Amino acid sequence: MPPGSPLAPAVLCEGLERTFGSVHAVAGVDLRVPAGEIYGFLGPNGAGKSTLVRMLCTLLRPTAGRAVVAGHDVVSAPQQVRLRIGAALQDAALDELQTGRELLRLQGRLYGLRRSEVDQRLDEVLGLVDIGDAIDRRIGTYSGGMKRRLDLAAALVHNPEVLFLDEPTTGLDPVSRALVWQEVRRLNSELGMTIFLTTQYLEEADQLADRVGIISEGKLVAEGSPTELKRSIGDDLIVARVEGDAGAAARAVECLSGVHHVHVEEDKVSVRSRDGSETISRVAVALNKGGFRVRSLTLRTPTLDDVFLELTGAHIERPES
Amino acid sequence: MEARRPRPPARPQVRAREAGFLRDLASVAGRALRQIPREPESIVPAVIVPTFFYTVNLGSLQKVAQAQTGVDYKAFLLPLSIVFAVTGVSRASALVTDIRGGYFDRLCMSPVSRLSLLLGLMVADFALVMALTVPVLVLGFAVGVRFATGPLGVLVFVLVAASWGLVYTGFPYAIALKTGNPAAVNTSFVLFFPFAFLTDGFVPKAALTGWLSAIATYNPVTYLLGGLRSILMSGWAALPLAKALAAVAGIGVVSISLSLLALRGRINRGA
Repeated sequence: MPPGSPLAPAVLCEGLERTFGSVHAVAGVDLRVPAGEIYGFLGPNGAGKSTLVRMLCTLLRPTAGRAVVAGHDVVSAPQQVRLRIGAALQDAALDELQTGRELLRLQGRLYGLRRSEVDQRLDEVLGLVDIGDAIDRRIGTYSGGMKRRLDLAAALVHNPEVLFLDEPTTGLDPVSRALVWQEVRRLNSELGMTIFLTTQYLEEADQLADRVGIISEGKLVAEGSPTELKRSIGDDLIVARVEGDAGAAARAVECLSGVHHVHVEEDKVSVRSRDGSETISRVAVALNKGGFRVRSLTLRTPTLDDVFLELTGAHIERPES
Repeated sequence: MEARRPRPPARPQVRAREAGFLRDLASVAGRALRQIPREPESIVPAVIVPTFFYTVNLGSLQKVAQAQTGVDYKAFLLPLSIVFAVTGVSRASALVTDIRGGYFDRLCMSPVSRLSLLLGLMVADFALVMALTVPVLVLGFAVGVRFATGPLGVLVFVLVAASWGLVYTGFPYAIALKTGNPAAVNTSFVLFFPFAFLTDGFVPKAALTGWLSAIATYNPVTYLLGGLRSILMSGWAALPLAKALAAVAGIGVVSISLSLLALRGRINRGA
């Protein structure tokens, strides 16, 4: 399929691997992201997300396998890839001695834009990414949220086809996070830009991504739309927090009618049921009869963290985060 | 798979392309030059140290040296002061900041010529070290030093000295690119001492003790100083000037090669 064809995937990985000594940071990833999609790459810290993005951005050579971005191979045609991608990596990569405008203008020049084109793109980008009057201040004076937005603006100056965002909201307060989400949605909906974002935040993947790939220990363990992934678990979740022996509480409810699976973690007993609203009353009665003091009892639909737990036996993020 | 948006609308016409080596070089150098006045702490020592050195040494040694050797010590000491001004001034620390902060990665994700990422900084350094010769020269003129070769001699003098300053930057850049460590970059200053002091910079070679004279014979800075002194004190002479340029070129081959190898290593670190 020729590069730039509307049917060509924006990102294609086939058996992509990267090792550091004996560590398999990325251990054979296959994925395909169609043009115009927001793809969320979800996984805990150290799962291999950033390593994969660095390979796709031509900063790191794969140890094995193949990656094609915007129709060009990252190893054999890295310069063609660079011309077509923009990236905001994990920490805002900026020069604090420049003003925001100087940094964006330099970025434009490095991508071969003429002065008039840089002016045009600055107008367009600053319309999409709100930096306000701070654009003419030195970057060293910016807040964390403003730095992230400027980093995003720098990734967009040359009008890329594919945008990589590596944990774009890690460390941001909720207001700044919501602003970044809004900007990502606009880029995708107004410009049709393909966006590949990594995140360790379930809500971010859930809110933003058309499709989510879940990565654990360098391997893609599941892929689909957030709805599909959550539906794959199928069951409702009844979560009881109990005082005392949570294991005994689990044993008290595991034989109840309608209960498919019980998982215990610290004081939390998670009960999976096809029909949670019907089963919750039986769970409450069983716990009461067993003499367990129940601090809370909730019924909810599965989250992506539940999907991750189902697939890997671990959480993506701690429940309190 | 959910296809929930119509794709894609008409895109703006601006398209990225390679800017070309010279434009990349100008962009990188321009950024480096903009940074310099915003980080005055990085150049203040380079202004103060050589002028202080020249003033103090002139004050303390001029009478003795002139009585013993018969040379015009004000002129004799000026080349070494100029070498102090131009040696070790570079954007290597700023490069380390870029590497550690991720900005170097941002540059490497762009189609910028990799060579220009280093040479652009060196272009800025060359302009800076030329400027740093001015305070010392002004001080020299103020105390009565005059060039035997006239205004053209002043220009050649500055260019040769700045060329030395330029090739010396290869060492700190090599360390910066190899280690990405600010403390390691600072250690490159240690190299400055043997280069600057194991020479005939303070007194003519004939007045040096035997061991120092022997070492000075193999120190390229001895020949650099000889060339600069000839322009300043003797008039146009091909041989000392050629030796000075050869010394600069010799060190340049080593230092620039090291820095280019370190650049290649940094860029291919993922390979």
